[in-house]
Amino acid sequence: MKFGVVVFPGSNCDRDVVWVTQHLLNQPTRLIWHQETDISDIDVIVLPGGFSYGDYLRCGAIARFSPVMTEIVQHAQKGKSVIGICNGFQILTEVGLLPGALARNRDLHFICDRVPLKVVRTDIPWTKAYTTGEIITLPIAHGEGRYYADSDTLSQLEDNQQILFRYCTNSGEITTAGNPNGSLNHIAGICNQRGNVLGMMPHPERAADPATGGIDGMKLFQGLLC
Amino acid sequence: MKEKKYRAQIYVTLRPSVLDPAGTAVESGLQNMGYANVTGVRIGKYVELTIAAASETVAREQLDKICDQLLANPVIENYRVELTEISPVEAVR
Repeated sequence: MKFGVVVFPGSNCDRDVVWVTQHLLNQPTRLIWHQETDISDIDVIVLPGGFSYGDYLRCGAIARFSPVMTEIVQHAQKGKSVIGICNGFQILTEVGLLPGALARNRDLHFICDRVPLKVVRTDIPWTKAYTTGEIITLPIAHGEGRYYADSDTLSQLEDNQQILFRYCTNSGEITTAGNPNGSLNHIAGICNQRGNVLGMMPHPERAADPATGGIDGMKLFQGLLC
Repeated sequence: MKEKKYRAQIYVTLRPSVLDPAGTAVESGLQNMGYANVTGVRIGKYVELTIAAASETVAREQLDKICDQLLANPVIENYRVELTEISPVEAVR
């Protein structure tokens, strides 16, 4: 399984992903500069976290016009895997591979924390190494992570089971108390209808090496390999 | 046809259905200042640019695309464009 980690000006979680896929999982991995236009060697595209183009205008709004994005849209249309983490999720909504938008956090704060999440669905590669309903803890670090979509879109996401991760309390209750940023329907991560494109605000790559204090994110990458 | 120059003033605002935490924070700040009579604070963005086009209609068509694709995110934002033709004297400046 070959991973390609896209580097935009301002990406800052790119090497964290490479650490996981290449050094911990021994998978061939390469960094892809955002100006590249040939990604045909890649199986899994990762849009990493960070502040592409300084988050100017809106998070992800300018990155989505980078030359590599045309190729990434085609990659996704072929049914190949694309994951956007944090700023990567914002880029995926801006480019239209995922519905909705990420708006400013409900309480205005930039939140840097570890939060519990419930794994809602485990019958697709992204989450198949988890068990349904499992409560995991992943880091979040964002100022604009409040998932928003109109009510029709939200109903579609629910009906099609496109919500993979929801924020919850430590005991797994899906309530406002467990929702750090005000995301609608407590959404932390969604996939497209086909299931090959995943966007999530929490950082699985920052919770994969035991040295970082948690490994709940590792199963996401491992799930892709088995 | 000779192209004309227009000054566009673009207002990007959050759709009414979208929570505006920054607006809410400013509103509470204003109320703390004693302006209990102020409500409904909403914060948006303002962009201005110059565009050359054959007519106002053509300029507006292009600006709609520019706003839909980049300046605003139609999922959460609305926009409004005000267009003023720049007189030749002004354009020289």
